[in-house]
Amino acid sequence: MLSVLKAIWAVLLHMFRPRVTVQYPEERPHIPPRWRGRIILSRDPDGEERCVACYLCAVACPVDCIALQATEDGHGRRYPEFFRINFSRCIFCGFCEEACPTYAIQLTTDFEMGEYVRQNLVYEKEHLLISGTGKYPGYNFYRVAGLSVKGKDKGQAENEEPPVDLKSLLPGRMESEQ
Amino acid sequence: MSEALRSIIIILSVIGGVMTIAAGLIWVERRLLALWQDRYGPNRVGAFGLLQVLADMIKVLTKEDWIPPFADKSVFFLTPAIIAITTLLTFAVIPFTSTILVADLNIGVLFFLAMSSLGVYSVTLAGWASASKYSLLGGLRAAAQMISYEVFMGLSLMGAVMLAGSFDLRVIVEAQRGLWYVVPQFAGFVIFFIAGVAETHRLPFDLPEAESELVAGYHSEYSGMKFGMFFVGEYIGITLISALITVLFFGGWLGPVLPPVVWFLIKTFFFIGFFILLRAALPRPRYDQLMALGWKVLLPVSLLNLAVTGGIMLAGR
Amino acid sequence: MRDAFYISAAVAFVSTLMVIIQKKVVHALLYLIISLLSVAVIFFTLGAPFAAALEVIIYAGAIMVLFVFVVMMLNLGAEAARQEKSWMSPRMWIGPSVLAAILLADMLVLLARGPAFISGGNVVGPKHVGMALFGPYLAGVELASMLLLAGLAGAYHLGRRLKKEELAERETRR
Repeated sequence: MLSVLKAIWAVLLHMFRPRVTVQYPEERPHIPPRWRGRIILSRDPDGEERCVACYLCAVACPVDCIALQATEDGHGRRYPEFFRINFSRCIFCGFCEEACPTYAIQLTTDFEMGEYVRQNLVYEKEHLLISGTGKYPGYNFYRVAGLSVKGKDKGQAENEEPPVDLKSLLPGRMESEQ
Repeated sequence: MSEALRSIIIILSVIGGVMTIAAGLIWVERRLLALWQDRYGPNRVGAFGLLQVLADMIKVLTKEDWIPPFADKSVFFLTPAIIAITTLLTFAVIPFTSTILVADLNIGVLFFLAMSSLGVYSVTLAGWASASKYSLLGGLRAAAQMISYEVFMGLSLMGAVMLAGSFDLRVIVEAQRGLWYVVPQFAGFVIFFIAGVAETHRLPFDLPEAESELVAGYHSEYSGMKFGMFFVGEYIGITLISALITVLFFGGWLGPVLPPVVWFLIKTFFFIGFFILLRAALPRPRYDQLMALGWKVLLPVSLLNLAVTGGIMLAGR
Repeated sequence: MRDAFYISAAVAFVSTLMVIIQKKVVHALLYLIISLLSVAVIFFTLGAPFAAALEVIIYAGAIMVLFVFVVMMLNLGAEAARQEKSWMSPRMWIGPSVLAAILLADMLVLLARGPAFISGGNVVGPKHVGMALFGPYLAGVELASMLLLAGLAGAYHLGRRLKKEELAERETRR
């Protein structure tokens, strides 16, 4: 019985405590930089889109909200013909960002995505692509991975190192370097 | 002003006032709960969120009013009205001041007990008519809980009735001019308050609706304004019990300086606030604990209180 | 008062009739509650407000709730209705109806003879009821209280929680 009265008294005293609610639209909450918010597609420093349409993000996505179609330009460079993210399904798990080999797909700190029409939550490539590099300013996938052009495979051009052997556990370069 | 016109005005203002308070309690309760839980509560719609009441009303009125095909339609339809009507009718005998009251009934206390015992049907039959397991369990719990607590709710009142020598609520208030009955009848007050919480099935004793076990208990299948009636009925019930505590134990409209109605409202709102504080502070007991508390503690104490009061009155004669 | 009496008497009559002819038990009980309420109004019009309040509190409010409570748990369906229908053979209802007809005739004769009821007499308040109960009818009250006490003790005996040994003993006896 006494504990009941004590509980009532303790709750009553909460009247004089400060409130913990953040009054959101006026008062902005602190969003950490690694926040997993709206998904964007970034470009490399040269202004080309980073995405190589490898489908890894679409495969990694647990709710299947990413849809894309790969195509190639005249030089054999792959890019997505369309790239569609259905944000009404997206759970913002960030697996697509982890799966992406080219840092193309990235999650941002933006979370204010309310819409009155559900269809508007389906973002196409033009909605997703930003003009900058996102979280990785200097990174250019083809500078690191190399690019095979007509007559020359990866690593055969001047001043170009041979590509990394992905199937070996050993560190360092392939036999040409040893 | 003719007598008939005067009564009509009083009746309309009592109904209007009670309904306004009951609707306003939606907002009051949410704001107070928030206050005691370090939150803000509804503060967006209108000044201080006051228009939240209006928004809630529009919402509940425009919601689809769905009757489950397996339900017993006529009873399903009837039950929400019962609770609203019985609680509202009881306000007819509550004296807001010595002049503002609808009916000066010489059995006012008994009328309240009669109405509250009829209110049980609302909850019980709602549970039965929904033809759903959770509703039925809620209805069963409600029936057992409410008739058990009615027993010593009646007994706890009798102390005050004995001291005043009347069932008339106005006479009871007048008899408290010297000393509020909360002093000589403290046990009666505590028991009446606990029984009142159980009778309105408010939060520590909301086992008939226990959302963590029974979905929403007896009103699981109700939607739209039928659910709204249960909701409003509950708030009218809180107002009623608070008003009765004020009348029976805290001297009703009596008080210095301020006008009588203001005193009455201040006291009533104090107890309404206490109802909400109980909700904020206390967890729900198990069902058998509730019953054990009622029959093994409150009933003997209220009988003892009655016997002691009677003995002292006889000795003092 | 006179109009109120006749209206509530009519309500009591109709609702009691409905109690008998309703097929669903809960609906029948609801009509019975209405019937009790109208009887309470009749008490009120006859100048016995205390009895009226007690009628509502005890009969309509407590006893009928227990009836509803039990019926709710029985889960009576179409099967029960069919079974009941088979019981309603003429042989079964002819006896009670004859008795009821005698009562009706009795009442009609009484009504035809003289003033039907006394209305607006002196009001019987709680004090009078109490004086009557603990004055001339003391023996009856005491007898009833003893009966109720016996019922209470019996209910407690039946509903008590058995100890382990007792349970085991009961099992072996079975």
